[in-house]
Amino acid sequence: MSTAMHDTIAASGRAGDSHVLRPGELDLSHKVILYLEEISVSFDGFKALNKLSLTIDAGELRAIIGPNGAGKTTMMDVITGKTRPDSGKAFFGQTLDLTRMNEPEIAHAGIGRKFQKPTIFESHSVFENLELAMKTDKRVWKSLFAQLTSEERDRVSDTLKRIRLQTEADRPAGLLSHGQKQWLEIGMLLMQEPRLLLLDEPVAGMTDEETERTAELFVSLAGEHSLVVVEHDMSFVEALGGQVTVLHEGSVLAEGSLAKVQADPRVIEVYLGR
Amino acid sequence: MRTPLSVRIFQSLPRTAWLALAIFAAIAWIAIPAAHLLLPEGHALHVSAYTVTLLGKILCYAVVAVAMDLIWGYAGILSLGHGVFFALGGYAFGMYLMRQIGTDGSYGVDLPDFMVFLDWKELPWFWIGSDSFLWALFLVVAVPGLLAFVFGWFAFRSRIKGVYFSIITQALVYATMLLFFRNETGFGGNNGFTDFKRILGYDITSPQMRLVLFGLSAALLIAVLVLGRYLVTSKFGRVLAAIRDAESRVRFIGYQPTQYKLAIWTLSAVLCALAGALYVPQVGIINPSEMSPANSIEIAVWVAVGGRGTLIGGVIGAFIVNLAKSFFTVSFPDYWLFFLGFLFIGVTLFLPDGVVGLWRKLRGRRPAPAESDAPAPSVATKGAKA
Repeated sequence: MSTAMHDTIAASGRAGDSHVLRPGELDLSHKVILYLEEISVSFDGFKALNKLSLTIDAGELRAIIGPNGAGKTTMMDVITGKTRPDSGKAFFGQTLDLTRMNEPEIAHAGIGRKFQKPTIFESHSVFENLELAMKTDKRVWKSLFAQLTSEERDRVSDTLKRIRLQTEADRPAGLLSHGQKQWLEIGMLLMQEPRLLLLDEPVAGMTDEETERTAELFVSLAGEHSLVVVEHDMSFVEALGGQVTVLHEGSVLAEGSLAKVQADPRVIEVYLGR
Repeated sequence: MRTPLSVRIFQSLPRTAWLALAIFAAIAWIAIPAAHLLLPEGHALHVSAYTVTLLGKILCYAVVAVAMDLIWGYAGILSLGHGVFFALGGYAFGMYLMRQIGTDGSYGVDLPDFMVFLDWKELPWFWIGSDSFLWALFLVVAVPGLLAFVFGWFAFRSRIKGVYFSIITQALVYATMLLFFRNETGFGGNNGFTDFKRILGYDITSPQMRLVLFGLSAALLIAVLVLGRYLVTSKFGRVLAAIRDAESRVRFIGYQPTQYKLAIWTLSAVLCALAGALYVPQVGIINPSEMSPANSIEIAVWVAVGGRGTLIGGVIGAFIVNLAKSFFTVSFPDYWLFFLGFLFIGVTLFLPDGVVGLWRKLRGRRPAPAESDAPAPSVATKGAKA
C-alpha cells in the first residue's frame, strides 16, 4: 500500500508526466490527503461544526485539541460518512468526495477510525479481531469461502507484535485490559492499511508507560500514514511533536506548534474560561 | 495450499459431532423404519404411525429452530415472524398436493374442492403449473425467499434493529395470516389445504411414504446442521457475530452489514420454507393458523430453551418443548400455555444459555458466546497447515 502511495507521489512529481488515476483511487498529487472546506453541521439548531476548514498533508501527524463540545467527534463523523454535513466540502485526496460515500466505502478508500470508547469484537479472539479488520475483499461471497494464506497470517502476527499482544492472540478480546483494548483497536486500524488514521482519544485509560509507547508507535507510523489524533492529554500531544489544531465552537481557533498555540491568548481564554 | 471446500466442511464439525450425526442418521433411516415396518403392533419396540409422524413433525420444527438460531444466535436478529416462511413453504407444496388429488375430491372435478365450493370455474393464474412437482419445489424456495429478501432489504437498509425489527416481523406474519384467511386470496381461506391423497402418484398415507418423508426430514436436519456449522465457523460467520456485537465497528472496517444480514436472513427463511414443505404432507393439513403470531414466538422459545448460538440447542429445544406439548395437550390440555409461559420465564431467569449452556456449565466449561466446540483455533497449528 505504501508503495502505491509512493508511486502516485513519484508519478505526480515527475515533470511532464500526467499521472493516470483509476476511479476510486486516492489522488495525492497536491500532497494533501484531507480537505475540509467550510463544513457546517447542526443538530436541532445547535451548530456542532461551523464553517470548519482544515487540510491534512500526506504523511502528516496532526493533533486536534479543544474543549468539550468543540466539534472534534462530529468532525470525525463527517470524515467517515457517519454524519452528512449541511454544507461544505470534504475530499479525500484530490478526487474522492467523502460527502457522497457511505462508511464501508470510505473505509475501503483508506480511512480508518478509532472510536473514543474502544470498540472491538469482545467475543472474538484477538487474532480474529485483526483477521476481520485485514484489508481484503469484504463482500459476502468472498467471506463465505475465505481462507487465510500464510502471508496473511504473517501480517496478523506482525501486527500482534507491533501492538504487543502476541501472547493474547487466542484469548477473547473482551478479557483484555482497557489499555490493551485500545491497542487492539489501533491494531485493527493498521490491518486495514489505511492512508489516513483518525484516532479519537487513543490513550484514554492507558497507563503512563502505555501512553508513551503509543506516542512512539504513532510517530513511527507518520510519513507512511497520515494521522489525525484527538486528545486531551497535553504531554501526549507534546510527545507526538506535530502540528496542533485547536477547535472551538465548531471551527478552527488556532493552528501551529504546541508551544505556539499554548501561547495564543485566544486559546488560553477558551481553556481557562471567561 | 488451499484446502478444498469439502474438507473444510468436514473439518468444521468436531469428530464427536460427526459420530452423533451418524448415529442419528442410523436411527432415523434404519432403526425407526425397521421398527415401524417389521415389528408387529404390540411389540415392545414397535414404533407406531403416530410416533413416526410426531417425530417427523418435530424434525421439521428442529430445522426451523436451527434456521432461527442462525439469525438470532449468531447475527443478533430476533425474528418473531418466522412462521410466515414456514407456512409459505407449506402452502407452496400444499398447492401441488391439492392438484395431486385430481378428480378424487368430494366434487369429482379436477379443481380443488374449496374452489368448486366458491363456484370458481378455473384455476387462478398463480395456480398455473402447480401440478408440476418441480415447479412446486421451485415455489417452495422462491416465494418465501423473495419475500424475505424484499422485506429484509428494506428493513436492514433502513437500519431497523432490535425490538423494532422483531415487532415488524410480528406485523408481517399477522398481516399474511389475515390475507390467507380470506377465501378470495385463493388458498382455501381458514380451512387451508387438506385431504391430500398422493405425492408423485404414490399414496401419501402408506407407511412407506410416511417413512420416506420422515427420512427426508432427518436428512434435511442433518444438512442444515452441517451447513450451519460451516457458515458459523467461516469468516462469514465471524462477521455475523461481529455485526451482532458491534455493528458500527464492522461498518468502519469496511464491511456492508446490510448484505451480510440479508444473506443469512434470506437463507434462514428458505430453510424454514423447506421444513414447511416437508411438514405439510406429514401432518396432512396447512391452514392460516400456522401463521398466528403465537406460533412464531414459540419458535424463539425453542431456541431460547435449547441455547442460543449453539445450533444444536435449537434441535434440543424443539424436541423438549414439542414433546412436552404433545404430552400436555393430551393429558392436561388446559395447562399447556401456562407450562409454556413458565418454561420461557424459567429459562430466561435461570438458564440464560439454555439447556446447552447448562450442560457446558455442568461439564465445567466456559460458555463461549459464539463457537465453543470448535477445536481451539490456535494460531500456530493453523499456520503450520498453511
